[in-house]
Amino acid sequence: MKFLTTNFVKCAVKGCQSSTESFPLKYSDCQLVQEEQEYNPEFLVHMLERLDWNAVIQVARDLGNDSLPPTKPDSLDPIMEEDQAVLKDLHTLLVETQIVEGRMTCNNCQHVYHIKNSIPNFLLPPHLC
Amino acid sequence: MKNYLIYFAQSYPNFRRPELESLANLNNFSFDLSHHDESKPFIVVQLENDDQAKKIMDRSILSRGIYELWGQGSNYDELHANIKATSQDKFEVYKKSSFKFDFIGYKGSKSREERVEIIQNFKYLAFEGGVRLKNPDEVFTVLEEYSVSGMEKATTPRNIWFGRQVQLSSRTENVLDKYDLRRRKYIGTTSFDAELSLVTCNIGQVGPGKVCYDPFTGTGSFLVASANFGALPIGSDIDVRMLRGKGKNCNIQANFKQYGTSTQFLDVLTMDFTNNAFRKDFVIDSIVCDPPYGVREGLKVCGAKHPEKAEGRENIVIEGEKAHLRRDFIQPKKPYELSDLLDDLLFFAGERLPIGGRLAFWMPTANDDFQVNLIPQHEQLELLYNLEQEFNKWSRRLLVYVKRDETYKGKTTNGLKSQNIANFRDRYFNGFNDQSK
Ligand SMILES: C[S@@+](CC[C@H](N)C(=O)[O-])C[C@H]1O[C@@H](n2cnc3c(N)ncnc32)[C@H](O)[C@@H]1O
Repeated sequence: MKFLTTNFVKCAVKGCQSSTESFPLKYSDCQLVQEEQEYNPEFLVHMLERLDWNAVIQVARDLGNDSLPPTKPDSLDPIMEEDQAVLKDLHTLLVETQIVEGRMTCNNCQHVYHIKNSIPNFLLPPHLC
Repeated sequence: MKNYLIYFAQSYPNFRRPELESLANLNNFSFDLSHHDESKPFIVVQLENDDQAKKIMDRSILSRGIYELWGQGSNYDELHANIKATSQDKFEVYKKSSFKFDFIGYKGSKSREERVEIIQNFKYLAFEGGVRLKNPDEVFTVLEEYSVSGMEKATTPRNIWFGRQVQLSSRTENVLDKYDLRRRKYIGTTSFDAELSLVTCNIGQVGPGKVCYDPFTGTGSFLVASANFGALPIGSDIDVRMLRGKGKNCNIQANFKQYGTSTQFLDVLTMDFTNNAFRKDFVIDSIVCDPPYGVREGLKVCGAKHPEKAEGRENIVIEGEKAHLRRDFIQPKKPYELSDLLDDLLFFAGERLPIGGRLAFWMPTANDDFQVNLIPQHEQLELLYNLEQEFNKWSRRLLVYVKRDETYKGKTTNGLKSQNIANFRDRYFNGFNDQSK
């Protein structure tokens, strides 16, 4: 599971749909690997528009990274040198950081989901369907 | 407006018009294809300019190429007369360009010697740029249509066109070979044929930088097809084994690597579509899929088959931990109806797609008694296309919807459910039984 993907998913339980607590999930006991991926600045520019930055900060903190800027880097231009540096950092964080194993907990209902072999599992037990 | 000639492949003729209309619409223009005749591989259309022609052709799977039309006739005398009468102005424009001649014959062809002779007869074009066989500035093409009756080889064409090649299609550039399932690293019994998955992505208008979601990913056929057109694919499936594949060199990621599109790939997640974990405001631009209908893969959702028996299981504790919260817990599945799943799919699309975003999915139909009102509808989605692919005992349809704004008032209906259509699976297998009798 890419770090990026943590920004798209919340708790799958129907009762948590409207709760603001169900996104982002809380990440714990995570095992991370840096997986080298080709750098694609256009991809990052497209993704950046769709990111909830507060959630990025929160998940990064769960994973032990406190160094993100408080506001979303904005109107980045892959041609500008200083923007390049930011985009490369974002690439390392969002695309290359893989969560291989770990737990994702809903802050609303406390249900725990697992990431197994890099694939997050959102299947629900019967009593939560 | 100028005349252009489109040369189609002989493949899924009923999908041609939707494909080209969708590609034009994706580029914010429209053109008239209402005179398209599915039995003919050539059609003359009117477009503003080469740019429009390139835009509909470079992604096309069901066409072969598009040509600026210089003339046409039912024999060579007519052709030359027509070129001289209508295209004199163009001769001048390409006077200094290097060029070569190309020949395309449908159901017939000319020999080398005949071709040389035909080219001689174009002398009046008076091009001065010189012939260059490799990378010429322009390719001028003679397209011939023969009609064959019986076993005899046709020797004289019935229609001839002459034009300047503007754009060859991605089919002509061999995209079908590239995505051929026989050469794909990871496939399974559910993998979707390369040609139709690419067509589906064209009609579904997946586009560069846009997120394309396949909620029933399986081996990821639609994900790689969408990435071919620049989309950013994300997928989910209830069956983690499908997503995992068979090791590092035989999984969905390996396929992206094979096609050189890894940098666009978002992710795959284990998810029951009916208990979806994507946050509501995550923008999904198009949804392209082949929902499960129980022939090769059971249609299942999370839940207990016998709720009474499962009661209280949420309190089971193993080694001090709730059983259902443990890493190795296997979430039970129960059967579900296709009609309900399609309802869920339309509802999801109605809620998540941006205005103008498309949902394209395949629905199996038994061809004997299909009625249009069996197609599910949703008040926010307009059904654009309902395209049938026929097999021996059954057929399937590509249904394509577009999300409209609040001023659009459609009706939400579910024909499968209201007409109490039996599970498709039963009927499909009954079909086999009939056959084996
Ligand atoms: C017809 S296959 C699609 C195959 C895919 N197009 C491919 O390229 O392999 C349907 C898929 O839906 C999955 N599926 C079945 N029920 C599901 C559900 N409730 N939620 C998500 N996926 C489901 C099956 O595991 C199967 O992989």
